[in-house]
Amino acid sequence: MDILTQQLFNGLTIGSVYSLVALGLTLVYGILHIPNFAHGALYMLGAYVTLTSMLLWNFNYWLAIAISIVVVGLLGVLMERLVFNPLKNSPPIHDKIAAIGILLFLEALAQLVWGADYRTMSTPYGEVVNVFGTTLTMQRVLINVGAVIVMILLYFFLKKTFMGSTIIAMAQNRKGAHLVGINTNKVAMLTFLISGGLAAIAASLSAPINLVFPGMGHLVILKAFVIIILGGMGSVPGAILGGYILGFTESLGATYISNDYKDVIAFILLIIILSFKPKGLFSKEGF
Amino acid sequence: MPAMTKKSIALIVLIIGAMVIPFIIQNEYWLHILTLSFIWSIAVYGLNILAGYTGYLSLAHAGFFAIGAYALGLLTVKAGLNYWVALILACIITSGIGLLIGLVALRTREHFFAIYTLCVGYVIYLVIDKWDSLTGGVRGLIGIPAPSNIGPISFQSAISQYYLILFFLLATVVVMYRIVHSLTGRTFIAIRNSEELAQTIGISTMKNKLTVFVLSTFFAGLAGALYASFIRFIGPDIGYTTIIFDLLTYLLVGGIGTLAGPVVGTILIVSVSQSLQFLQDYRMLIFGPMLTLIIIFYPRGIVGMVSEWKMKWFNKKKKAPAETWKSTYSDSEDVREDKVKEG
Amino acid sequence: MFIEAKNLTKQFGGLTAVKDVNFEIEKGKINAIIGPNGAGKSTFFNLVSGSYIPTSGQVIYKGKDITKLPPNKIAELGVARTFQTTNLFEQATVLDNVIVGHRLRTKSNLLDAVLRTKRYKKEEKKCKDKAMEVLDFVGLTNITDQLAGSITQEEKKRVAFALALATDPEVVFLDEPAAGINSGETEGLAELMKKMVKRGITVCLIEHKMQMIMKLADKIMVLNYGEKIAEGSSEEIMNNQDVIEAYLGGDASA
Repeated sequence: MDILTQQLFNGLTIGSVYSLVALGLTLVYGILHIPNFAHGALYMLGAYVTLTSMLLWNFNYWLAIAISIVVVGLLGVLMERLVFNPLKNSPPIHDKIAAIGILLFLEALAQLVWGADYRTMSTPYGEVVNVFGTTLTMQRVLINVGAVIVMILLYFFLKKTFMGSTIIAMAQNRKGAHLVGINTNKVAMLTFLISGGLAAIAASLSAPINLVFPGMGHLVILKAFVIIILGGMGSVPGAILGGYILGFTESLGATYISNDYKDVIAFILLIIILSFKPKGLFSKEGF
Repeated sequence: MPAMTKKSIALIVLIIGAMVIPFIIQNEYWLHILTLSFIWSIAVYGLNILAGYTGYLSLAHAGFFAIGAYALGLLTVKAGLNYWVALILACIITSGIGLLIGLVALRTREHFFAIYTLCVGYVIYLVIDKWDSLTGGVRGLIGIPAPSNIGPISFQSAISQYYLILFFLLATVVVMYRIVHSLTGRTFIAIRNSEELAQTIGISTMKNKLTVFVLSTFFAGLAGALYASFIRFIGPDIGYTTIIFDLLTYLLVGGIGTLAGPVVGTILIVSVSQSLQFLQDYRMLIFGPMLTLIIIFYPRGIVGMVSEWKMKWFNKKKKAPAETWKSTYSDSEDVREDKVKEG
Repeated sequence: MFIEAKNLTKQFGGLTAVKDVNFEIEKGKINAIIGPNGAGKSTFFNLVSGSYIPTSGQVIYKGKDITKLPPNKIAELGVARTFQTTNLFEQATVLDNVIVGHRLRTKSNLLDAVLRTKRYKKEEKKCKDKAMEVLDFVGLTNITDQLAGSITQEEKKRVAFALALATDPEVVFLDEPAAGINSGETEGLAELMKKMVKRGITVCLIEHKMQMIMKLADKIMVLNYGEKIAEGSSEEIMNNQDVIEAYLGGDASA
């Protein structure tokens, strides 16, 4: 019983991180129909920027995260401007290859700047607390609370503000949005900014319980793709729900099936889903 | 047709050039590099016929390369089969697995296909890495034999291996040339242009896509098997996603959807990165942006660039036509809007 | 009866794009479907030509139910179509673009191509001859060697016609063939359609250009909000009160 609650909490924590990464991915997909393979590199850079600000300039954890959000968000915008915008009218295969190019570049860059070593990030929240008979570290609690707060903020932004509603409008109908006077370029940049910011938050929150290294984004991004296919490409609630589903499945699978193969669960899940629903779980019949 | 004969003369010169190279560069190291890039070229041709001519970007290609390599390795080392039998079996096994995966994967399209195959590739890598009892896991597989003798011909020396691989490469190019310039090839290209249109002119897209997918895995398997017997040692790394990114770089630089692209891109990039050995770990610092820039500015790589120059030069000679060039893939939505306005 | 649409209905999610439409396409005639923007013309067209599967209803072609057949099988039976946007392979010549149109009447496979068998050579020639024949039919023999990317909008339309004709069809569906070209060129395309009918090929088209339709079509169906509101000859349609209201009340530019 004790193990089960522990694992459920673990699943919740992993799920929070997945959801945040998948949210950024799904927003970009919803609006620009780009499967941004470089999103994992943004996640990785988010962790490095936070780590560097803390180690090099002795910034406080929260300030470091804020810097990371800005830096990675702006990098996202830069990507949109320099790469995806010029490719707007190209066949979809080009976007994918360009995104892969960016991914390779950013990873090599991280390796050059920070080296290939695995690093740890220590935070002021290492202490252990006892909740309902299970022991957990503060950092894990922080991840969950942080993720929920970010999701709520994102929800209000998308639903209650004008800028947010332009994103929704454009996701639903790019051409229509253009016709009613929405500046589609601005919205695209804004979306990449948010997407990058979310990746930075996810990485900075989870880095203390994981390790920081140039390839840390690989698995996360692959799983995020699984999640948004699970939850419907472009769907915000789908990304959140899918993230938690995968988180729980993995942590329970690791305990009760095999720790070696826990990473395969996501891919097997995806292969099964796409085998039966080639357009994802919640595909609508297109016009 | 003087252009045709000019082309075939150039081709013959190139082949003779490739034949005499071992006598010109007496350096074994460079011969090794060249042979290796021939092997990669074969794999890239497999990727090209699928991604370049049919429009389906398979990110599981490195996985199939690894399957071919491991099939050959296991069949020779563990099962003790004759090399040539093992080579044929390795190709059949890879294509067979390709057929099974293709049946499911090809139900998906575009982004879903890319993500699906990326996951398939990753699963192949993980299986090789974790199935210790069969594959040797991270320790890899050692002692893979070189090709066994055919009658009096032995393949022990570097030069004889070079010729053997050159033979396979030339065979691959001939097969590709014949496919691309045939009704079958036209069918693939029609699918790439518009699957919807292809279907309405009576093409069974699924059947053709499956054919080309299996074909592409066949060449990945062949290249993998040749690699295994050339390097004599294989590890799970050869199935990792970085390999598919390497292959993509070779293809993009040379020219995706062109016949010469795979061999041009592979030889160029492999030899450049060998000359810049110090770059080995950081080669993606250059290749990454190169991939992105090429796809934005020269979507058909070096070969496409050259043929564009040639065409411009040719057009200038016979007085340029006034008609402006419209991009192949112009935004259909916008075009439609213009038409409605005019209507 | 040649082609018959029976009670065709198509829903997308909760939206009904086409509602219970009956229509008969008459052999050897020019049949047209018109209607204001968003009337469901394109959807109906896609249903009859086999690109969509209807939510309910049937499409009968020469007595055979083709409702659920995939588009490539329908093409084999002799139904061809064009699209509004002409997707040509612009780096290849006009001839190269059209050759593949006859592919469905050939059998050679990958192995034939690699081994260059007799069958391959025979069929390769057959397709090329067919392509030349249809290019001649649409009046493009002078540009067969030009790249598809360098020809005019009107020529592209004709290439698309040629591609459809290369499949040896009995009926050709044309999706707004005159969109994006000027009135002189429209005349030319209208002539071409008449020529097709003379050859025994039935034509069915949707079109925005009313003038052209009224002059050209033998039989017209008018759709509005997914439902059939009128059917008949151009005179009958022009004097139909419902049609006039639909057009005046709706999108006047259509």
